[in-house]
Amino acid sequence: MIFTKPYSGWQKKHKMIKKSKFKGLSLHVIPYSEIRDLSIGERVKKVLKLILGSRIVIIQGRLRPEEEARLIEDTMAMVEHIKNFKGIELAVIEPNMKEENLLIRMKHGLAKRLVGESSALTIIGPSSLVKEIKKDPKKMEVLLG
Amino acid sequence: MLRIIKKFSKRILATLFGRKDNIKIGFYGPPNAGKTSLANKICKDWTGEEIGVVSKIPHETRHVQFKEKVEIKHKGKVLMFKMVDTPGIATKIDYEEFIKFGVKKKDAKKRAKEATQGIIESIQWLDDMDAVIVVIDASENPYSQVNITIIGNLVARKIPLLIVANKIDLKKANMKKVENAFPEYEVVGISAKEGINMDDFYEALFRLAKKA
Repeated sequence: MIFTKPYSGWQKKHKMIKKSKFKGLSLHVIPYSEIRDLSIGERVKKVLKLILGSRIVIIQGRLRPEEEARLIEDTMAMVEHIKNFKGIELAVIEPNMKEENLLIRMKHGLAKRLVGESSALTIIGPSSLVKEIKKDPKKMEVLLG
Repeated sequence: MLRIIKKFSKRILATLFGRKDNIKIGFYGPPNAGKTSLANKICKDWTGEEIGVVSKIPHETRHVQFKEKVEIKHKGKVLMFKMVDTPGIATKIDYEEFIKFGVKKKDAKKRAKEATQGIIESIQWLDDMDAVIVVIDASENPYSQVNITIIGNLVARKIPLLIVANKIDLKKANMKKVENAFPEYEVVGISAKEGINMDDFYEALFRLAKKA
C-alpha cells in the first residue's frame, strides 16, 4: 500500500510541500476483535465518528456488503447535514486466494470460519483528506487531497 | 430474516402460479456509467419512448424512475418486466464537481442534495429487485469499491445479476479488464449510445430473467 500526494514533477512537489506545510496524517487502526461483536449500526457509527474526526480508518478485516451499503447510506445522510463533509473514500484489500494452492485456500477458509474475515484490510477516509484510492488486484494507492 | 421469508414466499407463489411475467429488473451502477442511456435504448427499441434524461454531468438521475410492462420480443421469446432505473451510487458528493460542468453554485448545491437522497433511495430499493443489471463504464477502472459493494450486496441478497460493460465504443474501453475483475459473472460489452452489441445484451437479459 502506498500513500502519496498527487503532484507531477520535482518542482511542483517541492513547492507544494513548502506551501501547504504538511501537518501529518492521522491513522486509526481498528483490530478485528474490536468490531467483531458489534451490530451493523454500531460498526458504522464507530467508523463514521472517526471519519468525522478527520482520521483515516484502517480496519483489520472487511465490512459485510450490507454494512458497506449502510455506511454509504449513513454517509449520504451526513453529507446533507454536516457542513464541509462531502463523503468518504473506501477500499478493501483482500489476499488473492485464487492463485494459492488448495491447502492454503483450505487453511484460509478454515481460519475465516473460526475467527472471521480478518485477512482483509479496509481503508476508509474522509473525501476531504483522501482524494482517491486507486486499486487493482496487485496494489492499492491512497492519494491524499 | 423477514426479507428472506418475503422473497422465499414470493418465489414459491411465482412457481405455483407461474407469475413470472412482471418481474422487476433494476439498473444499478456508479454515476455516469450509462444506466439511463441503456434503459432509454431498451425503452426506445420496444416502447417507443424514453425513460429519463441523460447528461454528461454526473448524477443526472436523482430519483428512481420506472417503466411498467416493458415487453421485449427476441428470437421468438417474449419477456415482460418492470424497468427500474436508479440513481448512480457513490461514496462522496461534492457540489463543486458540478460547477466544473458550468452549473451555477445554487443549482449545484441543490443537485448535490438531491443526489445524496437519490443514493439512499437506490440502496433502499435493492431489496425489491428480482434481478439487477449492473452497468459499469468499460473505460474506467472496474475495481472501484462502489462496483464491488453493489455486487456484494446483490450476492448477499441472492438477487441474480448481469454485468454490462457500457461505452465499449470508447478508445479507452477495456473489456478484458472488466471480465478479469468479475470472473464469476456474465459480462456483456455494449455501447448503449451507439447501439453496439445489443443482440448479445438481449440474449443475456433473457437468461437473467430466467434466474429471477
